[in-house]
Amino acid sequence: MSLLNRQYSMLPGFRLAFGVSLFWLGLIVLLPFAALIVSTAGMGWGAFAHTLADGRVLASIRLSFATSLCAALINSAFGLLVAWVLVRYSFPGRRLFDAMIDLPFALPTAVAGIALTGLYAPSGLIGQWLEPLGLKVAFTPLGIVVALTFIGLPFVVRTVEPVLQGLEKEWEEAASCLGASRWQIARRVLLPTLLPSLLTGAALAFARGAGEYGSVIFIAGNIPRVSEIAPLIIVAKLDQYDLHGATAVAVVMLAISFVCLLLINALQWRVARRHGVGR
Amino acid sequence: MVERQLSNREGRATRGLLILLAILFLALFLLLPLYVVFQQALSQGLGLYLAALADSDARDAIRLTLLATSVALPLNLVFGVCAAWCIARFEFRGKSLLSTLIDLPFSVSPVVAGLMYVLLFGVHSPLGGWLEAHGLKVVFSTAGIVLASVFVTFPFVARELIPLMQSQGSEEEQAALVLGASGWQTFWRVTVPNIKWGLLYGVILTNARAMGEFGAVSVVSGHIRGETITLPLHIEILYNEYNFVGAFACASLLTLLALLTLLAKTLVEWRQHRATVRAGEQTLDLRARALTHLNRESA
Repeated sequence: MSLLNRQYSMLPGFRLAFGVSLFWLGLIVLLPFAALIVSTAGMGWGAFAHTLADGRVLASIRLSFATSLCAALINSAFGLLVAWVLVRYSFPGRRLFDAMIDLPFALPTAVAGIALTGLYAPSGLIGQWLEPLGLKVAFTPLGIVVALTFIGLPFVVRTVEPVLQGLEKEWEEAASCLGASRWQIARRVLLPTLLPSLLTGAALAFARGAGEYGSVIFIAGNIPRVSEIAPLIIVAKLDQYDLHGATAVAVVMLAISFVCLLLINALQWRVARRHGVGR
Repeated sequence: MVERQLSNREGRATRGLLILLAILFLALFLLLPLYVVFQQALSQGLGLYLAALADSDARDAIRLTLLATSVALPLNLVFGVCAAWCIARFEFRGKSLLSTLIDLPFSVSPVVAGLMYVLLFGVHSPLGGWLEAHGLKVVFSTAGIVLASVFVTFPFVARELIPLMQSQGSEEEQAALVLGASGWQTFWRVTVPNIKWGLLYGVILTNARAMGEFGAVSVVSGHIRGETITLPLHIEILYNEYNFVGAFACASLLTLLALLTLLAKTLVEWRQHRATVRAGEQTLDLRARALTHLNRESA
């Protein structure tokens, strides 16, 4: 194992464990990725240009990322609120709510999809109250935002919670002694400390939301150019045996997600540095 | 003189308002969807609910889901333990790369994951063509569904174990080895008892996700009735046929599974918390005893 430059350790089993890990990683993750790269390389620019010239495809990609961004913003605000309330206050049912935060992770996406549609459809439990107000949620882009908010909530709460728990009360007490109001403390002391974790959580929720399929397709209504998401376009192209088209959309989506994550990482790094949190 | 109140806590009214807002948000987004699943499933009475679950298509779907999970789970369990053993116990070049690659399946859309398997094993690809010639069909068959389930649940066990094993350190294993235990003895008698709760939680998460996966499985399944329909795909078919009772009845099964997962998670976390507290108390106790001993000596 000189290739890996492994430091000496008295524990046994490195070769076996490393071999098994690498084999399984290669078979399950790397090989399929290689297939995607090889197919993309074999397609040429023509296939990309042809697929992306379709207005319906472009609209779906824009919709996927725009709705995911909206949901991530909603989750940043409410996720922060929920994390704050769960960590700082005690109230009846707190532990129950804390355990329930992970529901979107545990609930299969198809179940979430039909449940949310059942709620927000015009005849549904919430939909029947919104309908007279002229607010349509199910089968519109608004419904997609609702589904993605559901999916993304635990990402924000679970990233902010540990930071909030580790926050030392002395900082707030010091600020308070120096005459800061509660609002000033929240803005000048708490928010800058929480901002990097809040950004991370929102970025995770955003990345997950842009590729989300199961929970969205039921509530979206899938009207072309209005509420048709990019993953659905991939599935539709596969159903028509248009492998090149499907691959082109997938690669564009992966590229955009990758660039977004890079940007957010850079932003996070700058925020952490400015406030001296990263140290 | 007016005494100025310290402002390091919110007033009662603000606190109440924030709690109310948070509860309303959580009730709207988490509790109501849960309620709707059971309300819709039982809307036509218990008889129709049970009939929907006893339907032969539903039973086929349940059987396939259980089969795919029972194959994916042990494979990813072994992988997760191996990967965690490497990453948490050894220093080597490329460690962070390995760690990043393990997380890769989390950042890929399930649909794109399915597409990658279609590109790799589809009939038109060299590998898929070769396998097909030898009588092994991957895409549009059970094998593809198993592979897709393995892919989406790939990181769970390793993700749970790595931080746990890193925080525990390897002193106990080293002690066992010094005392003459073999590698396997050390693993089974020292490592496994130490990581069992994290392991259990990783398995629970893997199980929940494998049984509920929709996007990736949907792409590789080909929707062949009675053959490649898993429970989530069956829910989609019933829903699109406007058989809402059937769809929500099957959905209620998966919802119960999700609730059990959350319950198990809470219990495991509670056990882990208690174990760390107890370990901390023991250390404190030892330290106190050592201190009294020292004091007695010096006196």
